[in-house]
Amino acid sequence: MKRARTAVVIFPGSNCDHDVWHVWQRVLGRPVEYVFHTSTSLAGFDAVVLPGGFSYGDYLRSGAIARFSPIMQSVVAFAKAGGPVLGICNGFQVLTEAGLLAGALTRNRTLRFECRDVHIVAEAGGSMSEHSPPGTVLRMPIAHADGRFVADAQTLRRLEGEGLVAFRYCEERGAVTDAANPNGSANGIAGIYNDARNVLGLMPHPERASEEVLGCTDGLAILRGLADLAAKRAA
Amino acid sequence: MIARVHVTIKRDVLDPQGEAVAGALRSLGYAEVAGVRVGKLIEIDLGATPPEDARERVDQMCRKLLANLVIEDYRFEID
Repeated sequence: MKRARTAVVIFPGSNCDHDVWHVWQRVLGRPVEYVFHTSTSLAGFDAVVLPGGFSYGDYLRSGAIARFSPIMQSVVAFAKAGGPVLGICNGFQVLTEAGLLAGALTRNRTLRFECRDVHIVAEAGGSMSEHSPPGTVLRMPIAHADGRFVADAQTLRRLEGEGLVAFRYCEERGAVTDAANPNGSANGIAGIYNDARNVLGLMPHPERASEEVLGCTDGLAILRGLADLAAKRAA
Repeated sequence: MIARVHVTIKRDVLDPQGEAVAGALRSLGYAEVAGVRVGKLIEIDLGATPPEDARERVDQMCRKLLANLVIEDYRFEID
């Protein structure tokens, strides 16, 4: 059986690429390779991660310039063909700018860079949700200035109505409250799936909560979801 | 030829930066300030682009890159 290969895309300014690679290689023990933003092929890969960071310095808008990187054409084609794509933080911003996910990520209502642990509750069941079924509460860090999810009323209704909201910010026991919403996201949305549920974006950092030494391993539930999905595709 | 592109946050999208500036102006005594929206001004030197093409080209630039139409509106002038 062929082993699934996961690609971690490196944009100029990505800074969580090594963290994702580390978790894949050393914690999950799955094959992973870096793919540079200038590359034009994802041939042979079974999953793609767009990591966090400040691609292109976040100039203009977070993710706005990265979405025109050569590799993004391949990422769009990969996603349209059903390939699993996970965007974390800046990766989520890139996916919305590229039109692979709905809405936009805007300046936090606090105007502060929010850098702390939050709780999120899993809601939609999607292709990467095997280890985080609806109702699962996970703790992991956020680290962003532009994380306030915004979409027009019609799009929000569609996301809610079709069960595409993957995660919401919540209290420790899962209650979704405004006090637990760190950035003012509409409906407390922390992550969403696309219509086909093969593209997931979220602002919190599961890769930073994936080893005991980091104080929490809740993030593994999400990353394992993607790794297992990749393995199924490769089989 | 220079294009001046104004990118503004849509009316129904919260502009926390604008609110912070409004609060600062009021605290400076400008009680008449009813609201502030902060946008971007982008100046583009179009070099020798033929004037008949310029509007269409700048409009494309706005739609493709300069504005995110989910959250922003744009307008521009060329002179």
